[in-house]
Amino acid sequence: MKKDEVPQDGDNLHEGTFKQIMYAVDNSGSYVQVQSAGWEPENIALSQAWDEVNEKVAAAKVLVQSGEISPVAYYMEKCLMDLALLANYVGKFQWQVKRHMKPAVFRRLSDTMLQRYADAFKISKEDLLHIK
Amino acid sequence: MNNHQFRHRQTAHCESGVISNLLGHYGLQISEPMAFGIGAGLFFGHLPFVKVNGVPGTTYRIWPGAIFQRVCKRLGVKMELAKFSTPEKGMAALDKVIDTGTPVGLLSSVYYLPYFPPSYRFHFNAHNLVVYGKREGQYLVSDPVMDTVTEIDPVSLAQARFAKGFPAPKGKMYYPVHVPDKASFEKPIKEGIEQTCHYMLKIPFPMFGVKGIRFLAKRVKDYPEKAGERKAGLYLGNVIRMQEEIGTGGAGFRFVYAAFLQEAATLLNKQELSLLAGELTKVGDLWRNFAFSAGRVCKSRSADNVSYRELSEMLLQCAAAEETFFRKLAQVRF
Repeated sequence: MKKDEVPQDGDNLHEGTFKQIMYAVDNSGSYVQVQSAGWEPENIALSQAWDEVNEKVAAAKVLVQSGEISPVAYYMEKCLMDLALLANYVGKFQWQVKRHMKPAVFRRLSDTMLQRYADAFKISKEDLLHIK
Repeated sequence: MNNHQFRHRQTAHCESGVISNLLGHYGLQISEPMAFGIGAGLFFGHLPFVKVNGVPGTTYRIWPGAIFQRVCKRLGVKMELAKFSTPEKGMAALDKVIDTGTPVGLLSSVYYLPYFPPSYRFHFNAHNLVVYGKREGQYLVSDPVMDTVTEIDPVSLAQARFAKGFPAPKGKMYYPVHVPDKASFEKPIKEGIEQTCHYMLKIPFPMFGVKGIRFLAKRVKDYPEKAGERKAGLYLGNVIRMQEEIGTGGAGFRFVYAAFLQEAATLLNKQELSLLAGELTKVGDLWRNFAFSAGRVCKSRSADNVSYRELSEMLLQCAAAEETFFRKLAQVRF
């Protein structure tokens, strides 16, 4: 890649917050560091990954509101976690966390357990009980 | 060992960047490409069984930590390395070391680093950064992929250092205790090149090295049929993300390695390496073309078999070009 080919495709996800370093060849054929504002394929792949996350979060929200799953499942998606990671954070087995995703079981959780989930998601207990 | 202010330099990749910045602090000047080359950082692997969020993993570099170990070993640098059972112990140990004015390398999770734009904060647990001091309760951070130094609050730093998941950083911290004043790069360069060639050409599994690129090519061709339209797009998107995103960079790594060969050519006075650098630049451009086309396919969401077959062809070209390149590189006599 030549120095003047270093991509400068800024986008919304970057929000212009920072630039990355790339190595490219200058006119004399020597490698130099050049800053890049972003690149189209990377932007596409990144926004695709976020679309996927957002879709999952929205789907989980609907299920919570219709009473089919508990907020645990919703916040898990929202915090980009999977079952294994969440179980690790709250110190439970995966099957236990899965059980906590049932609204009936969730309602009976102790305050301590609710607090552990709230901590794992970095939210208040209030937010855990009532999703926005 | 010395008291001057830590100098932050932005680099393309976190691991080679931290090595370059940390050793530079102790007077051992080593550029990022040189650290990457000596550490034999270039690699390829495609692991369909190791899924992250249900998507097969692809890597364009050696596993985290390997560059570090190799550079230290080859240059005779001695590192103090520590992991901790609790955040309290980990943070206390960090405070103790930075109090002596020693910059400390830390392993952390990107998800909990507030200075990254939100869109980049995924649960990636092998990010390297340097903490070089503390001011008014805030830690002073030199993150090699950021343009400037930044600060981080103790709570976020503790969360980032003690994130769960795989691999759990467990508060890993490291700092040099012995750095040679002058190191000869000659032998380390040679060893680094030999190791890279070995890893790219000779691993007897189909998922790694040049064989791994062909393996991926075969998979990509079948994505629309085997995974379905939706998943095919996600799989492909991940191949690009692993290739281009922060702290990774596939084509990017090819260019870093080419920069290394160029530097090595001057250092060892070997014109051959400089010519090979030019060749690798062309391979990097092939990867860039691939990413560009793959991005377009992802965007159009058209899972027609033709486009995936074309992408597969492009990968085969990358594989062929890399094989030719590494065979030549392996032939270079020092």
